[in-house]
Amino acid sequence: MEPPLLEIRDLQLTLEGFDGVARVLNGVDLTLRRGEIWGLVGETGCGKSVTGLSVARLLPTPPARYPKGSIRFDGTELLGLPEARVRSLRGRRIGMIFQDPTTNLNPSFRIGEQLVDVALAAARSSPELLGPDANGWRARRRAARDRAAAMLARVGLPEPEAHLDAWPHQLSGGMRQRVLIAMALIGRPDLLIADEPTTALDVSVQAQVLQLLLGMVRELRMGVLLITHNLAVVAQICTHLAVMYAGNVVERGEVGAVLDRPGHPYTRALLAAIPVQGVARGALRGLPGAVPSLLAPPSGCRFAPRCPLARPACSRELPAFVRLGPGQEVACLRAGEVEAAA
Amino acid sequence: MLELQAVSKVYASGGGPFRRGRPVVALDRVSLAIARGESFGLVGESGSGKTTLTRLVLRLEEPSSGRILLEGEDMAKLGRAALRRLRSRVQIVFQDPYASLNPRMTVHDIVTEPMLVHRDAVGLDRRGRTGRAVELLSLVGLGAEHLYRYPHEFSGGQRQRIGIARALATGPELLLLDEPTSALDVSVQAQVLNLLCDLQARLGLTYLFISHDLAVIRYTCDRLAVIRAGRIVEEGSCARVLERPESAYARELVRTMPDFGRRATPEPAPGT
Repeated sequence: MEPPLLEIRDLQLTLEGFDGVARVLNGVDLTLRRGEIWGLVGETGCGKSVTGLSVARLLPTPPARYPKGSIRFDGTELLGLPEARVRSLRGRRIGMIFQDPTTNLNPSFRIGEQLVDVALAAARSSPELLGPDANGWRARRRAARDRAAAMLARVGLPEPEAHLDAWPHQLSGGMRQRVLIAMALIGRPDLLIADEPTTALDVSVQAQVLQLLLGMVRELRMGVLLITHNLAVVAQICTHLAVMYAGNVVERGEVGAVLDRPGHPYTRALLAAIPVQGVARGALRGLPGAVPSLLAPPSGCRFAPRCPLARPACSRELPAFVRLGPGQEVACLRAGEVEAAA
Repeated sequence: MLELQAVSKVYASGGGPFRRGRPVVALDRVSLAIARGESFGLVGESGSGKTTLTRLVLRLEEPSSGRILLEGEDMAKLGRAALRRLRSRVQIVFQDPYASLNPRMTVHDIVTEPMLVHRDAVGLDRRGRTGRAVELLSLVGLGAEHLYRYPHEFSGGQRQRIGIARALATGPELLLLDEPTSALDVSVQAQVLNLLCDLQARLGLTYLFISHDLAVIRYTCDRLAVIRAGRIVEEGSCARVLERPESAYARELVRTMPDFGRRATPEPAPGT
């Protein structure tokens, strides 16, 4: 088996604010291999996005601090890597797509220029991206523009050549998101971090964008960290799933295993809140209580105060991962009993 | 309760000082009838005319043609006083609980403001309004202790509860719900949806529930209409439309609906 593409071990992150130090990540643990699409799910404020930003090293330090843990990308430790080396990875080997396609394109540059810039930057560390004939400034630029047009065609934008000269405001939300996907993939990354890539889109466009992503991932054999709060999206395209709660991964494994036999009480609660077919009106179960404050998080398992199965022992220490079945692990002291109790 | 008869709305747009704009047809001869006590879903993508429709029903804008009847009364023919009375019977809950509450008003002021505006219809004095505000808060699952707090002290779900309490303040019969849960997490969404269902049963409300999320509509509504580019392309009971959609567009919507219950079998990859 090849070594993992991304290995996050016991990652802890604190953010300093006016109100004190928030312990935002509390030992995130995740291993992602090539060709795998990991869905990272959880409620607002559970630490999904900062995990993604940490991998891309996009959180400014300070206010962010990493007291403990490691993020290894293809064997290289990312935490503490000099900024210059991070820049050679970002946009080239690690691609990113963010949620809001309306704010992530620069409104004062044409689509083509923005794509060409990224292609040229990526080509600085891997010249082969632009082909063998791209010698000299003019030829490199031409090659980068061709590549940009080719990428736009690949993401299913009609008339790619014409769209290179379009301004961001001339495109619809779905088209802009395609442009951003093209931008993320233009350097042929090994790892793609997609933070809510379809949340701002209509369902039919969402379906297209997800299919597109899936196709590209298979073709380029990328690894993907798909950050979302939408379990239906995860069910549609992910191979694996990690559920986060208040800064911890509480359950992880193959998507079918986790969705069919959720082992963590929190995963169960999340799934019970989704209006699936055949649920009678009024029969949905929400999750009582609120997400804990990260300024003074509860000790031990952070879900314990809201957990129907909590015992005194749960508040003493952070539970370790327990193997529940093939390809499924749960960080819960009562993992084995969840099924029986529900 | 509410009836739309061939309602159209056309906006002039794209024009400049030297250029005639092309009219945009936001709604094209839309006809709908919603019965009292019913929960009616309206599904469509962005730009399909959902919001225009709510603006017309609230009479924030006038239809270009067609009639909107509320309990048989033509809304366009009402005078100022009658219109005001009508507005106290039709209220709206907005999509974004972060943007739709004034950050400088306390919950008390937010919830009592509609009673003040419609004091003729509501007829409560100062003390009565405060008492009603407490009742409303307990109705939506908040308490009297929340009365003098500000919106920023609440979570998204709680804010949406405040928005619902405000909408109920004038004792409306028809509630327009414009994507009331799309800004919320699933666990919170479930609570708010249950609250809405519960309120409807208790208060005999009529809902016009607007959403792009078919799963939410399926959970809350009896009937639904699918709107596309200003036209109703399909209408019927939820069960019928979602299981046997007749129009091509509705079929496509149902097919692309990310449904958790129906796991996708990943399509074979191109080129591998």
